[in-house]
Formats: sequence, structure tokens, C-alpha cells
Amino acid sequence: MLDYIWLIPVFPLLGAAIQLFFGRRLSNKAVSAVSVGLPGLSFLWAVGCFFQFLGLSEDYHHVFAKPLYTWLPAGAFHLSNGSLGNLNVGVGMQLDPLSCVMMLVVTGVGFLIHVYSIGYMAHEGGYYRFFGYLNLFMFSMLVLVLADNYLMMFVGWEGVGLCSYLLIGFYFLRKSATNAGIKAFLVNRIGDAAFLLGVMLMVVTFGTLDFQTIGAIARNPNLHVSGGIITTICILLFIGATGKSAQIPLYVWLPDAMEGPTPVSALIHAATMVTAGVYMVARSNALYALSPTALALVAGIGAATAIWAASIGLVQNDIKRVLAYSTVSQLGYMFLACGVGAFTAGIFHLMTHAFFKALLFLASGSVIHALSGEQDMRKMGALKTRIPTTYWTMAAAALAISGIPPLAGFVSKDEILWQSFAGPYGHTLLWTIGWITAGLTAFYMFRLIFMTFWGESRVPHEVEHHIHESPQPMLIPLVTLAGLSIVGGFIGWPKSLWGGEWFGKFLEPVFEGNPIVPPHEYGAGWEYFLMGLSVVTAIAGISVAYRMYVQQPELSDRVSAAAGGFQRLLLHKYYVDEIYDALFVNRVKNLGNALAAFDLGVVDGGVNGVGWTTRMSGELTRLWDTWIIDGLVNVLAMVVKVLSWPARILQTGLVQNYAWFITMGVMAFMLYYMLH
Amino acid sequence: MIPTEYYIFLGTGLFTIGVIGVLTRRNVLIILMSIELILNAVNINLVALSQYFKSVDGQVFAIFVITDAAAEAAVGLGLIIALFRNKETVNADEIDLLKW
Repeated sequence: MLDYIWLIPVFPLLGAAIQLFFGRRLSNKAVSAVSVGLPGLSFLWAVGCFFQFLGLSEDYHHVFAKPLYTWLPAGAFHLSNGSLGNLNVGVGMQLDPLSCVMMLVVTGVGFLIHVYSIGYMAHEGGYYRFFGYLNLFMFSMLVLVLADNYLMMFVGWEGVGLCSYLLIGFYFLRKSATNAGIKAFLVNRIGDAAFLLGVMLMVVTFGTLDFQTIGAIARNPNLHVSGGIITTICILLFIGATGKSAQIPLYVWLPDAMEGPTPVSALIHAATMVTAGVYMVARSNALYALSPTALALVAGIGAATAIWAASIGLVQNDIKRVLAYSTVSQLGYMFLACGVGAFTAGIFHLMTHAFFKALLFLASGSVIHALSGEQDMRKMGALKTRIPTTYWTMAAAALAISGIPPLAGFVSKDEILWQSFAGPYGHTLLWTIGWITAGLTAFYMFRLIFMTFWGESRVPHEVEHHIHESPQPMLIPLVTLAGLSIVGGFIGWPKSLWGGEWFGKFLEPVFEGNPIVPPHEYGAGWEYFLMGLSVVTAIAGISVAYRMYVQQPELSDRVSAAAGGFQRLLLHKYYVDEIYDALFVNRVKNLGNALAAFDLGVVDGGVNGVGWTTRMSGELTRLWDTWIIDGLVNVLAMVVKVLSWPARILQTGLVQNYAWFITMGVMAFMLYYMLH
Repeated sequence: MIPTEYYIFLGTGLFTIGVIGVLTRRNVLIILMSIELILNAVNINLVALSQYFKSVDGQVFAIFVITDAAAEAAVGLGLIIALFRNKETVNADEIDLLKW
């Protein structure tokens, strides 16, 4: 199976091709069979590859590479250090523990979301189009995670961006959806440009783009590349990651991306695509390990984003927007982990987050489905008995994300918090931010649960009697993901709690050979203390939410009234969109308008001027022609006419005139003879 | 016996009337009739001078002229009909085909 590993992305590509070329003529049943079946096949193939990979002998160095063909034989050129490089960019697959994790998450969660979409999209127009894009996304994402070099990764990177754009704007008749799509695409473009610059800098620095070769070069103790260049590369790559993974300052597109259908939010904007940045940073760990500056930046941005987005999530009323900010915040955690050098913890959180955040989105989709499209939590409430399966699965996910043991989120988030405290690049400040964010997370998550499922029903009457539990295809993924959210943490259960940290051991070879920075020395007591502290914080967050939204609903109004300006600031998302509009968007628009004016005035004016000149010179020629050329001819004719006048008046054509001349002539002759 | 001069004067008068008719009348038919007047004026002269010179040649010539006048009248009337069919007019001043 490993030899045919390229089939994993090809299956969904086939599905996308079938849908996008012939889908219009297929029935909905056929569309779902093809487009859910092929990702399912892809998942089975991935599982097969995974087990075969585990069974490989020791001398494979934990990497299975499958080069397919040379894509760009760029040939020889001079590197920045003067030596001769030879760039050959290939298309190939690389399977190592890191891409194994990503591959299984993408195919597994992706397949479940495909199943869910059968139910969720059943009554929507463009059914085949939706599945076509979704399959195309799966293909691009798998190319991204299975690529063996940066350029091929970039192909997948752009592919997922395109699919994200297409799916956010899926309801293209709605202006806000197309705007959100454009926003996502443009904001991502900023990041992508930086990513591409980073890739180019790697080409001239290392002369190769292969992950393996770059890793080997970077881990060579006799490395002759200056730290500044490494830091620049790392920062450029990280800017790319902030775009794709929605970090400060490029996170603004993700909340708007909720305009897309909910399965899309779950798959692309929670579980897989937005984690591509984390994957990329982890994939480049050999470079980041050389640059503490870049790591500090990653950690700082991650921590800042975590608390920033979590604070906005506190007051949002749209159920999907709460989850969107939560996603941004959790992605911040992952970058925080990478930034403190704990790539394993970041990837672990990436995986568990994929489970519970996909579940949260799918469950929110189920809620929206039950309420005939209502997304405002102020118009929900008391749903827990009406849609019990949705409630229980969503509650499990909320507990997981809040970090309640022994659920998946507890294990991964606690690992991140511990690493940010005691890890090689950890700092108390980073831990503090992460810890506060954990409390905020528990609060806004249970605010969502309580507002949606508990308390008094605020559902409008006409929606009330339509409330129904979702169909089977939607519930099966919910239950499966709930199971994964509950038990998913055990594969990485920490040693301090008598676990095996099997996940960390599995990933270890990926990060092997990086320079070892000794972690801070804290005793095991500290670890238990911090663990207890974060659990207590999570419970405190939940109980505050319970007080404010279940016991005394009027309390929440009192609090927001007391908070006043700050609450308004949060509600308007710190006015970041407005600031960006004023600083950048409007500047670009003005530039565009100026260029349009330039186009209209100068370029069009030039063209029009040339046209005018031609017309005027034509007019001159016409005047010359009519007056001078024609005039000469006419004058000539006039002269002839005048000269011919005596001849003309003689020739009247009238017989009698001629007879008259004859008579006169005869008489003249007669007179002449008579006089002589 | 009427003196010969009288015939000559009659002939001259008829000839003059004929020429004026040819030159001034618009109708082609009248012009043809005026030509007949001219021919007949000549005939009178021929016959009168034949008597005067005691020679029969003039009278023979007059008979030729009469024959010729008959032929001319036939051809002339035919021309007038052809003219009318093409031009729908028999007015001489409306027909200036000779100019072209």
C-alpha cells in the first residue's frame, strides 16, 4: 500500500473531477455515493499505509519517501554563498510520523464531515458542486501534508486556499458570503506572498526545497548560514502561517468565513486547513530550532492571539462566530506550543482540537438545522431535551475544549501550558496568558452551551414546532467525534499521570537532531500544581457561566452594563476590521480609484486623443480633398463649360433651329451672289 | 394667256409660306404639311417655266417631284408615329435628340 501512497490524494481528486465535470447530471444519491465513498476509500488507504509504515524496519530512519517524478529540473545556479547549486523540485510523497498524524486527521475527520454533509446539505441547491469543492479540498490538503518539499506543499497550500474561497462563497447569491470569500482570499494572499518569499530565500540559501535535505543541512553542526538568514526564513514562513492559520494580525478572515456552510466551517476552518500553518511550522522545526528569535515571535503571537480571540469570543452572540473565535484562540495555543519548542504538544493539540472543534461545529450545524437556519444564540435556549444527541455530543466537546480531565482537550492543552511554563523556551508570562485563556475558553464555551441548551426557551413560536433532531448521517459523525474527543487524549497521556506519552514517542524522530536546549528545572510538584490550577480555572469558568446564564440570567446583563465600554469594544471585535479598513483596505481602494482615474484620464485619454487626432487629420484630408483636389477638377470643368458655351448654344438639338441656320445660310449666299 | 411672271410670284409666295411654316410651327405634322407647300411651289415653277421654254422636261421633273413627295409623306408620317410612340409628343421644340 505504501508504494501506492499517492492514491490517497488521488481518490478525492477523482471525486472532485467527477462532480465538477458530470455532477450536474448525477442524482443526489449518486453524488453522495461517489463523493463520500472516495474520501472513505482514501481514509482506509491512509490507515493501511499507517500500519504498514509502523511495520517498516528500523533502518528507514522513520521516513518513507516516495519520489514520483521531477517536476522542475531548474538546473545549476549560484547560491547566495557563491557555491554552485542544482535545484530539482520533484513531485513526491513523504510519510513520517508528522505527516502520518496529519494524513489520518485529514482523511478521518474529513470523511466524517463528508458523511455529515449528506444530511446537512440534503436540501441545498448545488449539492454536487458542494461535494466537488469538498473533495477538491481533501485533495489539496492531502497534497499539503504528504508533500516532500516546500514547493509542492505550497501547491497544496494554495489549493486549500482556493477551496476555502469557493466554499465560503458557496451561497454566492448572498453578498456577505461572497465578500467573506474575497476577504479570506485576499488576507491569505498576504501570508502566501510571505511564504513564497521564504521559499525563494530557501532556494538561494540551501539550493533545495526537500524537507529531508533542508533538515539535514540545518542539523549539520558545521552549518555555514548566518543566523539572520535563518531567522528571516522562519519569520517569512511564519507570516505565511499567520495568514493560513488565522493569527494576529491576519486572523480577521476566519470569523467572516463562517458565512460558508457549517460542514465547511468544521472541516476547513476548524479541523484541517487552518492547522496547515501549525503543521508547516512543525515541519520546519529544524530551521526554527536554530532561531530563538523566530521561536519567541511564534510563541508571542500565539499567546497574544489566544487571549485576544478568546476575549472577543466572550460576547459574541452568533453561535458559529463564538466557535470561530475559539478556533483562532486554540490555534494560538498551538503556535504557543511550537514557539516554546514543544512541537509535539502543538501537533497533539492540533489533533485533539480537530476532533472536538469539528464536533462543536458539526453540533452547532445540527442546532442550526433544527432551528431552521437560526444562528443567534439569543433566540435559542432549552434545547437539551429537544435534540438530546446533539446536546450530549456538544457538551462532551465543550468539556474537552475546556480542559476537563480526562477528555482529549485536557491532555493536550495541559501539555502546552506545562511546556510554556517549563519548556526550553518557556516563560512565566506565556504560561499566565495561556492559563487565563483557558479560563476564558471554559467560560465562553459553556456560555454557548447554556445559552443554547439550558434555561428558558427564547425560540420564536413559528420555529418552535419545527425543532427536530438531525437525520442519521449527521448524528453518526457527531457520536464518532464525541467518542474521539473523550478518548483521543489517552494516546498522549502524560507520564506524570502514569501514562505512556505514546504520541510524543511516535513523533520524536521528526524532531530528532535539533540542538537541545535544556528545559527549566521545575519539580514534578509544579506540574501537578499547574495541572490542578488549570482544571480549577476551567471549572471556575464553567460555574461562572452557569451562574450568569442559567441561575441568574439577568446577571449577564448587569455585568455587561457594568463593563460598558469594554463590552462594546469586545462586541465590535476591538474594532480591528474598522482599523484595517481605515489603514489598509481604504488605502488600497483609494489607490485603486486613483489608478482607475489615471486609466480613465491618461491611458484612455491617450487612446482617445490618438483617435481624435486621427479623426481631425482625416477631417483635414477631407477638406483638402473636397476643396483643393475636387476644387481643381471642378474649376477645370468650369473652364471647359464656360469656353464651350458658344458651341453649346448653337447645338440645341431642335430641328427647327438647324432649319433656321440652313435658311439663313442659303439667304446669305443668295445675298452675296445678288450683290456681286 | 396668263404671263409667266404671275406663276413665278405665286410659286415664290407659296415657297415663302412653306419655309415660314417649317421654321415656326411646333407640330411636326404641320411642318410636314409646310414641306408639301414648298414642294408644290417648286412644282408650279417647274411647270410654268416648262411652258415658257416650250420644253416638256420641267413637266417630267414635276411628276418626279410629286412621286417623291408622296414617298416623303409616307416616310414622314411613319417617322412621326415612331416618334410619338417613343416620346409621346409631336412637338418639334420638345425633341432635341440631335444634341446627344
